[in-house]
Amino acid sequence: MNIILRLAWRNLWRQPRRTWLTTGAMVFSNIILVFMVSLQFGMYAMMIDNTLAVFTGHLQVQSPGYKDEKKMRQSIPDAAALGASLRLGLGIDTIAVRAAAFALTSSEERSLGIQVIGAQPDYEARVSTLPGLLSEGHYLSDTNANEVVIGSVLARNLRVSVGDELTLLGSGRDGSFAATVVNVTGILESGMPDLDRSFAQMPLGTFQDVFSMGDDAHEIVVKTADLSLVADAKRQVEESLPASANLVVHDWDTLQPGLKQAIQADLAGAWFMYGVLIVLVAFSVLNTVLMSVLERTREFGIVMALGLTPGRLGRLVMLETALMGIMGLVLGALLGGGLIVWFGIHGFSYPGMAEMADRFNMPSRIYPQLQLIPLLLGPLIVYVSTLIASVYPAARLNWLQPVQAMRAA
Amino acid sequence: MRVAAIVYRLAWRNLWRNHRRTLIMLAAVAVGVWAMMFMTSLMRGMVNEMIRDAVKSLPGHVQIHHPLYRDDPNVVNAIPPPAGELLAALESPEVVAWASRVRVPAVISSERESRSVTLLGIDPVRESAISFIANDMAEGRFLESAADSGIIIGRKLADTLDTEIGKRIVIMSQDPDNEIADRGFRVVGLFDSKVQNLEESFVFAGIETTQKLLKIGDQVHEVAIAGSGFRDIDPLYEKIAVAAGPDLSVLPWYELDSYLGTMLGVMDGFVLVWIIVVFLALSFGLVNTLVMAVFERVREIGLMLALGMKPVVILGQIVVESLLLLLIGLLIGNVLAWLTVVPLQDGIDVSMVAEGMEMFGASAVLYPELSIDDVIMANVIVIVLGIVASLSPAWRASRYQPIEAITKV
Repeated sequence: MNIILRLAWRNLWRQPRRTWLTTGAMVFSNIILVFMVSLQFGMYAMMIDNTLAVFTGHLQVQSPGYKDEKKMRQSIPDAAALGASLRLGLGIDTIAVRAAAFALTSSEERSLGIQVIGAQPDYEARVSTLPGLLSEGHYLSDTNANEVVIGSVLARNLRVSVGDELTLLGSGRDGSFAATVVNVTGILESGMPDLDRSFAQMPLGTFQDVFSMGDDAHEIVVKTADLSLVADAKRQVEESLPASANLVVHDWDTLQPGLKQAIQADLAGAWFMYGVLIVLVAFSVLNTVLMSVLERTREFGIVMALGLTPGRLGRLVMLETALMGIMGLVLGALLGGGLIVWFGIHGFSYPGMAEMADRFNMPSRIYPQLQLIPLLLGPLIVYVSTLIASVYPAARLNWLQPVQAMRAA
Repeated sequence: MRVAAIVYRLAWRNLWRNHRRTLIMLAAVAVGVWAMMFMTSLMRGMVNEMIRDAVKSLPGHVQIHHPLYRDDPNVVNAIPPPAGELLAALESPEVVAWASRVRVPAVISSERESRSVTLLGIDPVRESAISFIANDMAEGRFLESAADSGIIIGRKLADTLDTEIGKRIVIMSQDPDNEIADRGFRVVGLFDSKVQNLEESFVFAGIETTQKLLKIGDQVHEVAIAGSGFRDIDPLYEKIAVAAGPDLSVLPWYELDSYLGTMLGVMDGFVLVWIIVVFLALSFGLVNTLVMAVFERVREIGLMLALGMKPVVILGQIVVESLLLLLIGLLIGNVLAWLTVVPLQDGIDVSMVAEGMEMFGASAVLYPELSIDDVIMANVIVIVLGIVASLSPAWRASRYQPIEAITKV
């Protein structure tokens, strides 16, 4: 074993209490970092997946301006055919076409203004989880059927159930009067109050007839197998759009800007807190290393008088910190990882989380997963900052005069 | 008394025997305390602002509805205007302002577009004392009387409807017999809101005009009541609830918007957890410093014991030393926090993540708020836990056997 390494190791245990306390500071911060970062990474992934899976999808082809203004006439010409050709071009069938309009919806007893979506019965379920969440009845059967599927709260407020009729009143794409009668064939029970209060879907074909849309629609939704494939898919979709068509492709962070920004805001706050913890650990290490150097002034004077260079002595001090840092890193990662595994089995929740989770389409209890990056990211940063903290005490050795040092009290 | 003076003097001088160590520890305490306060003030500011905004758009701290209205916001779930005992309670001095409103779902149509909105019939004089709208008029005028025939809509809604001040729009809703109730209104004003959703989904008209449109006589759907602040509204709430009697549903803001109520509680918990975590990260360094301070003074402590100093005085001396360190650190930390929060009082612009903040329900400007309660809590926690942490090294110091201690190398 290298002599410097041996010396460093032994020096650490000259003051076991101090070493353990300093290591303890690192372990404490590391556990918190590992736990919080794992939790955050897990929550973010879930927030994105769940939010996009419900309705938005990963990519949408739209007419320019539709995203912000949602005007009827900002439509995609010949949308169903374009959707079909995209399915062929990309080789995936998780592509669906939608149109949307606002209408006054009346049952025998009640009238409510809602947004009605025209969806493709055959493809909607491949891009959205909603068709799979019906509590009663069945999803739309055919693209020209006179059917509608509505949310459970909406059904309750309209006082209708499966089999009842609804009258839709609104205006068509050309400003003409649009009216029709449709049968309620299914009730959606998503558990998300806002959705259950507002959801209404009818077949795209019927929608186009009623709202004078011709063959137009408003969105072509693309869902990719994984988030990492989105950029590729976007490029492919852009290339396969006919050059003459004035259309744009939005990816999920443009469609749901709040999502990414919420994550950024949360991350910024979290990193401020982590930064503070790391700085405090660094101070603690600085103090310990400085003490251990100061109390050995005489000893250092002697070894330097015997010919040890300040550089090697500096390396010794850095090595002591590095060893201590490794103990902190390993113990912290192990205990933090253990905590994650425990909560991964039993689930993690805190009071008030259910209300927060609702806003981001999340379950109210999360089961964090052990992943390499969140496990090592925090501890590695702590490790590096402890090494940086030991630079000053180590560098001080360069100014040490052997003779004076040997005489130091 | 003399003993106390001696203990204090010894502790003070001991503190500065190793000024480097003390300064590093002071820096750590100051940074920790600063971080506690700064983070707390940011989070508090965010949540308080969030609640104040939400209370303005609810609006009010307490609301009265028909018992069925909240689940089924239909025109038929109306209540008579406040009278008798309830009116007397509303006119009592605890109530800062109150307003009754008609509130129903409706469809708004311009010649080009339709949207579903919530139609509010308001009394402009009463309303301006309680909700956001009168203060956030962007263009045009506010409603002039309860029988005003104009309508006020959000700027964003005006854009999507392709309409502007002076143009006519049509409002469609239902009357209690489920006959379509519709009427043209002239747009007389546009409002801005920090929360985009409000701009898109609320339209305001005169209360008498709306009552006539909906054929509901003088009935209303909501009575909004503002107290003097969002905290401590329970007495007001109880008074109103008693006066309103069992046939009306009276709810405070934290139940009207359970997300907000929860956030307030979550934030109280978060502040406490954050302060304690920072303290724990600090405590390793603090204990370490004290252990070192005791260790290097073993002989001296032995001598004092041999000369007849009582162990409890030794214990006191170490605790006072730690206390002095903490007090100076707290002082610096508090001043630093104050110095950073005061210049930021006008708000920190985080509009790059505005839509993300909106998902949390917060606005794009953060106003840090250093509440006196939080400052006291942080300081007390640091001092109390600091004393607890220093007890162990102090106890050890006071338990030395004089002979062993004096002869220790």
